[in-house]
Amino acid sequence: MMNNRRAHPPGPHAPAPGPAVHADRLTVLRGARRVLRDVRFTVPRGQITGLLGPSGCGKSTLMRAIVGTQAKVTGTLEVLGRPAGSAPLRSRIGYVTQAPSVYADLTIRQNLHYFAAILDPGRAAADRRDHDVTRAIADVDLTSHADSLAGNLSGGQRNRVSLAVALLGTPELLVLDEPTVGLDPVLRRDLWDLFHRLAADRGATLLVSSHVMDEAERCHRLLLMREGELLADDTPEALRTRTGAQTVEEAFLHLVDEATAQRTAGKETVR
Amino acid sequence: MTTTTADATGRTLTYSRSTATAARVLRQLRHDPRTIALMLVIPCLMLLLLRYVFDGSPHTFDAIGASLLGIFPLITMFLVTSIATLRERTSGTLERLLAMPLGKADLIAGYALAFGGLAIVQSALATGLAVWFLGLDVTGSPWLLLLVALLDALLGTALGLFVSAFAASEFQAVQFMPAVIFPQLLLCGLFTPRPDMHPVLEAISDVLPMSYAVDGMNEVLRHTDMTTTFVRDALVVAGCALLVLGLGAATLRRRTA
Repeated sequence: MMNNRRAHPPGPHAPAPGPAVHADRLTVLRGARRVLRDVRFTVPRGQITGLLGPSGCGKSTLMRAIVGTQAKVTGTLEVLGRPAGSAPLRSRIGYVTQAPSVYADLTIRQNLHYFAAILDPGRAAADRRDHDVTRAIADVDLTSHADSLAGNLSGGQRNRVSLAVALLGTPELLVLDEPTVGLDPVLRRDLWDLFHRLAADRGATLLVSSHVMDEAERCHRLLLMREGELLADDTPEALRTRTGAQTVEEAFLHLVDEATAQRTAGKETVR
Repeated sequence: MTTTTADATGRTLTYSRSTATAARVLRQLRHDPRTIALMLVIPCLMLLLLRYVFDGSPHTFDAIGASLLGIFPLITMFLVTSIATLRERTSGTLERLLAMPLGKADLIAGYALAFGGLAIVQSALATGLAVWFLGLDVTGSPWLLLLVALLDALLGTALGLFVSAFAASEFQAVQFMPAVIFPQLLLCGLFTPRPDMHPVLEAISDVLPMSYAVDGMNEVLRHTDMTTTFVRDALVVAGCALLVLGLGAATLRRRTA
């Protein structure tokens, strides 16, 4: 097995060794407020990790820290074996913000062609870019709309254009901030199928945030967050077993109660 | 040897990121033909208006017309760039671009290229109309007028990019126009020669870039060849544009709170 791997250098299909993301004592300040407190977790490669928690718990901040766009980050945060935000990572990570960040006055194809030219510039790469753009549009099922202006699309469609941009250049790590919000159930299922294909066929690591707990069951691993702290870092199954709950939602509630009880107990001991 | 080739390739790729950005900015404008029409037609209309306002005194038209040829590109490019970069900041596309392998200089060069190109078209139309149809009497070469107009456009782009960092909305961005441009307009020598102003105002006008833009235009108006004053004026405008572009680059942050 080891010899085998050495014979074939790790390509996109054989995940490289080491975790995709490793955080230790990660703290983020916004003003005087600590938006993330001493967070510690690991995101394994080639899997879908769900980042779940109520709105405002720090999910987006954590994702921005991983992508390297968040200021005032302290502690250890390693992404694909390098410190988060370092320049060589910029072409290896695909990032989708909550609000679709595409140009409303360009067509879908023009949007993708521009971002492709930033990722993979030069005239020599033109054919590769064409192929990449066509594939990304097909991935998010917008081929029939490819020449529509992004500004004329529905909110859900524009979100998918934003996702398509992140798929350009076959990134090793995809950081998706609430990619399924506001989508109908059929589209949501299709996107989750796409996420699983990306992990299984292209060996991509996905970190997907959501505040809808029923999406948790579709992830390989879960990070549960609340008020800037990490409540759990485990598989959905292990979480249910550990807490004796039927669903991840129940497990989450159980963990929240447990954490609150611990905190009150802690305060009483201090007194 | 290999390193030089790698460096050269790296530079070419950087250039193609800038040209891709310029092409994108122009493509966005193409979906907005009304803005292009306004940018190109309004300076011409204003010059036409001015020509007949000073119907009885062609010399006044010469002086003000030449100055305006330098001021139009500055104002238009200031407005267009400040709104365009503000939209880039608020739509999240700037954050996305800065999370990608795009240098800040590549982005700024892309904007400067796109709006500089547009400014050439705008200035060529306005200068051509003024010189050949409205009888603007220029002693020097109209090409030098075009050169100053282009430098002014770059200065406008630079100022627009810089102030967009301090505007939280389109409303604020538009209000920066009177704040940044109007004082320069009043003090640049368009209304009265700068030496006739109060000494304090004259001193202030000495450090405002638009004064040199207008001075440069007037040099072309009065002299057949490139004077040293013209060269100084052109260099000052170009230097200011570069300086403000540098300041603008500093306002583009990869990491934000």
